[in-house]
Amino acid sequence: MQVVVRKFWSVLEEIRHEGGPPPATPRCVGALAAVIANPFAGRYVAEISPFMETLKPLGLDMAARLIAMFGGGNGVPRAAIDGFGKGAIVGTAGELEHGALWHVPGGYAMRELLGNAKAIVPSTKKVAEAGGRIDIPITHINAAYVRSHFDALEVHVPDAPAADEMVLILVMAAGPRVHARVGGLQASEITGEDGLR
Amino acid sequence: MMSKVRKFVIFVEETRREMGQDIDPPTRKAAALAVIENPCTGKFVQDLEPLMQIGEELGGLLGEKAVAALGITPAQAQSYGKAAIVGSDGELEHAAAILHPRLGKPLRQAVEKGAALVPSAKKMGGAGTAIDVPLGHKDAAYVRSHFDAMEVRVPDAPRPGEIVVAVAVTDSGRPLPRVGGLTHDQAEGKDGLR
Repeated sequence: MQVVVRKFWSVLEEIRHEGGPPPATPRCVGALAAVIANPFAGRYVAEISPFMETLKPLGLDMAARLIAMFGGGNGVPRAAIDGFGKGAIVGTAGELEHGALWHVPGGYAMRELLGNAKAIVPSTKKVAEAGGRIDIPITHINAAYVRSHFDALEVHVPDAPAADEMVLILVMAAGPRVHARVGGLQASEITGEDGLR
Repeated sequence: MMSKVRKFVIFVEETRREMGQDIDPPTRKAAALAVIENPCTGKFVQDLEPLMQIGEELGGLLGEKAVAALGITPAQAQSYGKAAIVGSDGELEHAAAILHPRLGKPLRQAVEKGAALVPSAKKMGGAGTAIDVPLGHKDAAYVRSHFDAMEVRVPDAPRPGEIVVAVAVTDSGRPLPRVGGLTHDQAEGKDGLR
């Protein structure tokens, strides 16, 4: 079984302000989506977990591309990327469980390439028609309770997923919400050892 | 900077397969968007000069961002397009003032040459409105393989007092063009048409 990519789709937002004082460094949030064939579409397949291993090179390739996108588009170094999330949209001939195959290859790839990040990678998944929209949750890469970094990025690929496809998504962010001001744990206060605080 | 930018958004689409066929090299499209404050909201403004100046500034800036997102040289750009979505406190003519008088010249510098008309679309809309940015060959409008469009949307824009301005650039035509007509290789690119 192999991974067949039909297309990559990316979005990179550079947020200067949202009505308040612009921070010295704009916030960047980006997503990379791979549209792949769903090898399990159209029937119930009991044993699907080996595909997680098959997806690992794609996960690493996508995480590296996303980091490069930040660096190339906006000059954001890898060290400044401090938020992440992931998700999957399964086409209608597939099953929600197929989207769950992305947890391990997507999550571990980002954590590895972002300097052995400690926090769990938040995620969402759904079954949808082509053009379906999904909100990918975002949290701090080393401490899940950092309140200034709780966010989400809405992603959609106009022509995907077809019924027999899956859209696999990785999201990274550099910086807190642009006008974060509701208290809680700050990124500057974390110890970053247990992945939570 | 003349434009009051709230955010920039860059999209890149890279197509590897279409209808079961490998696309090698992949076709690639990029769109660079700016979400800006509309300086003419809430009342009728006769002289739209401020918006024309914004168009001039964004034509170069967004063109350069789109070319950079594709990682190509300006000369490697093959097709382009532009579009704007005006928030509800503005007027459709505001999109026209940004897109038509002055945006094209600096955009053409960003993609080197650009003898052809830059195809465009405009609309009024709320936050999250999608727009299909039309695409046409940059030097010869009749190149049939390059007639296309790229759908873009920004979930939180335009707010009522904002305008979303989009420039799209590609390094290729459609993934599997096969309906005849003038091709990229045949185009002379002198008159902007053929």
